[in-house]
Amino acid sequence: MAPSSVKLQELIRLIRTAKTQAEERAIIQKECADIRSSFREEDPSFRCRNVAKLLYMHMLGYPAHFGQMECLKLIASPRFSDKRVGYLGAMLLLDERQDASLLITNSIKNDMNHNSQYVQGLALCTLGCMGSSEMCRDLATEVERLLKTSNSYIKKKAALSAVHVVRKVPELIELYIPAAESLLGGKNHGVLHSAVVLITEMCVRNPEATCKFKKVVPELVQIMKNLIMSGYSPEHNVGGISDPFLQVQMLCLMRILGQNDDEVSEAMNDILAQVATNTDTSKNAGNAILYETVLTIMDIRSESGLRVLAVNILGRFLLNSDKNIRYIAMTSLLKMVQTDHNAVQRHRGTIVDCLKDTDASVKRRALDLTFALINGHNIRSMIKELLQFLDHCPAELRSDCASGIFLAAEKYAPSKRWHIDTILRVLTTAGSYVRDETVPNLIQLITNTSELYAYTVHKLYQAVLADISQQPLVQVAAWCIGEYGEFLLSGTCEEEKTVKVTEDDMLDVLEMILQSHMSSPATRGYALTSLMKLSTRISDNVDRIRKIVSIYGSCIDVELQQRAIEYNTLFKKYDHMRVAVLERMPVIEKNSQVCSDKSTKVLNDENKPFSLSKPNQTEVKIQNAANQQTVDLLDLIGISDPSSTPVVQNNQEKMVGGELLDLLGGINFGAIPSITAYNKNGLTVEFFFEKVGNNELSIQLKAKNATAKDMKEFILQAAVPKNIQIHLQAPSGSVLPALCSGCVSQTILISNPNKVSLKMRLRLSYSIEGSTVQDICEVNNFPPQTWQ
Amino acid sequence: MQFMLLFSRQGKLRLQKWYVPLSDKEKKKITRELVQTVLARKPKMCSFLEWRDLKIVYKRYASLYFCCAIEDQDNELITLEIIHRYVELLDKYFGSVCELDIIFNFEKAYFILDEFLLGGEAQETSKKNVLKAIEQADLLQEVRMTCCEQWGEI
Repeated sequence: MAPSSVKLQELIRLIRTAKTQAEERAIIQKECADIRSSFREEDPSFRCRNVAKLLYMHMLGYPAHFGQMECLKLIASPRFSDKRVGYLGAMLLLDERQDASLLITNSIKNDMNHNSQYVQGLALCTLGCMGSSEMCRDLATEVERLLKTSNSYIKKKAALSAVHVVRKVPELIELYIPAAESLLGGKNHGVLHSAVVLITEMCVRNPEATCKFKKVVPELVQIMKNLIMSGYSPEHNVGGISDPFLQVQMLCLMRILGQNDDEVSEAMNDILAQVATNTDTSKNAGNAILYETVLTIMDIRSESGLRVLAVNILGRFLLNSDKNIRYIAMTSLLKMVQTDHNAVQRHRGTIVDCLKDTDASVKRRALDLTFALINGHNIRSMIKELLQFLDHCPAELRSDCASGIFLAAEKYAPSKRWHIDTILRVLTTAGSYVRDETVPNLIQLITNTSELYAYTVHKLYQAVLADISQQPLVQVAAWCIGEYGEFLLSGTCEEEKTVKVTEDDMLDVLEMILQSHMSSPATRGYALTSLMKLSTRISDNVDRIRKIVSIYGSCIDVELQQRAIEYNTLFKKYDHMRVAVLERMPVIEKNSQVCSDKSTKVLNDENKPFSLSKPNQTEVKIQNAANQQTVDLLDLIGISDPSSTPVVQNNQEKMVGGELLDLLGGINFGAIPSITAYNKNGLTVEFFFEKVGNNELSIQLKAKNATAKDMKEFILQAAVPKNIQIHLQAPSGSVLPALCSGCVSQTILISNPNKVSLKMRLRLSYSIEGSTVQDICEVNNFPPQTWQ
Repeated sequence: MQFMLLFSRQGKLRLQKWYVPLSDKEKKKITRELVQTVLARKPKMCSFLEWRDLKIVYKRYASLYFCCAIEDQDNELITLEIIHRYVELLDKYFGSVCELDIIFNFEKAYFILDEFLLGGEAQETSKKNVLKAIEQADLLQEVRMTCCEQWGEI
């Protein structure tokens, strides 16, 4: 007597009545317990139903592994409904990683030879879905046998199982080649479709197979022709188009066969042109075929007329009301913008219009494409469109758009004035989205445009008056006000009403930046330094500056505090040097700018696309030859000597975050020139000297790390000859950040009453990327003043 | 095709067909993430999105999302046609199909899918032929069952 057992649909209904997760879990646990005991009793009557219930619960997320063996039993049962559920269970619960899956190999083999085609179908389907390589190897010949049967229902399933076998065990491709060829001769669409899929898979995996199958191209062309020309076949019709699935699949195979082969491509020319021109575009099915046709045309050796046809199809797609079609068109155009640049250029107008598209993905791709199409001729109009786009574009695209505009402007700017205008426009529109590296880059550009100093600083001043929230804008503006403040005062500006700016106005702005809670620490650093620079460019309000500087001497921010104190010292002890130190910066030389897009090959410079998809790769380094050498300073007292300024430039090195290095860091405070004590593997140690009294020498050492990785646990030890006393004070830290973005300083006190010639042995150790580096060196180049 | 998922607007899974070998844990993770991603999409957005290294094609029919993961070289537009064809098959079979039909007859939904796709590829491009095959297979189930009445039906 069969135990009472809940029917599947009843269970589903029951589970759905549960109001909470806990209730559902309780129902399921009870049911699982019942099922388990039923399995234990080996009662075949309800096995099918129980496994079905288990599969439902599995879909809800509950464990069902205890049903795996039951699936095997169901598969082995003679009942069709058992097999159906058993195979379904195998596909859902077993995957090739499990040992249990091997156990069904025998059942599958038997069922593949069953007298009912539906049972055969179940077996083939399961093999094709979850067969492991071992199973595939075992059953490969069975599948091959079934490929040759006359039953098209089985043939098509066998063909797709063969696809799976070939994916798992590519060596078996050889086995299926003869059978696959003959499959193309039939009339059954299902068989044809599966055959084409099988041949495609074999060709993709094995170039030899591709060679063998090139001879079927005429047959493929004929099948395509028949499909297009033949009358209405209701069975395979989708929206007025004959079997789009088969058409697309064949076009895909043609693509594989025609690649890099002129002859084969030639044979396909006509049919591709026919499909491209005659396919109805009103429905998605037609567009799917056209899309595949375009992909094929672009990938084989097609003649130029055909390629133009393909690009035009994409151009029409861009105007389609269906956003999916527009998206596809954009993606395809992006792929071919380098190889068929001119053809894509013809659709520039439409592409730029797509910047206004409602769909975000289309917009993003339109942006990428637009940048790829910019060249020297269209730069003005393109940037105009892009600036308009920037005004309204969604936040996630702003940063990329801004960077792209900068890159394009740098490459193709028709005039310096236009370039600066464009940059200013971007800074004011999307200033807070601009990347940090841009700031030094822009400053460098501005210094190179000496004729526009007045114009630039006026415009920046106005912009900052309006809005001090966008950090990059404020930083550039602050820097310019500091450097070119005198132009603001004199009110000279080419056009527009020249606004009279007083000294107080300028100082107000800079102070406002300093004090605003919106300013980042880096920005405040810029502002403070600019204030200091202005002290030499203005006449009346120097005291005000002095006051501000001394207030910041006790600022909590360490960087600002250090600067303020140094500036204070400049006022107090070294006032005579102030003018020279704060002189106008010379033009910063540009080294090379890196616009990197690792995935594209550049055909010629004009067509080089701007890649925005990997934003972090774009870097602009400003390097100056002077940075690399050690500079022996001349005596700075009272001299405004151009050769002294290279050291100041030294501090203008770009860093991530755009902070200026300590402006005065490289300058020696006394008469003794500084030396480079150590310079190896990116680590430099410089010594700055100050005599304290007659026999005492204070050495300020600064260690910097120019490599790309941080140096940690940096320790320096020093030894001197006998009769000299040495005392090392505690260093400022033990980490040397990468790319000279910071330094470690330490004071060494030397007492040398006997005036022995000074030599030193240094022992350095640090760890970089996990490994420790140790080095010993001798320092012999102490200037004579240090001990005499 | 790598896999197909059907889920409701509340994120409940109604059908999952995997054509690539993955552990249960991985499948759950992928399902969870993908469902979240697709449900977050606004109605005006296009049916394709890039997710991990796959292309996702999805379409909403009434209260069910049909979601397929295809490879880079696959045609998104024809995948939309595949989804549509499957919906048509379900519709013809159940007669004006709705989500409840798929919930209470999930095993039949799988059987239909397995007559339409095999190993992730279309095996039969004629709607008529797929439905005929299902019909015949169902009959086979009935016949065997009436012969052996002591066996329980599902």
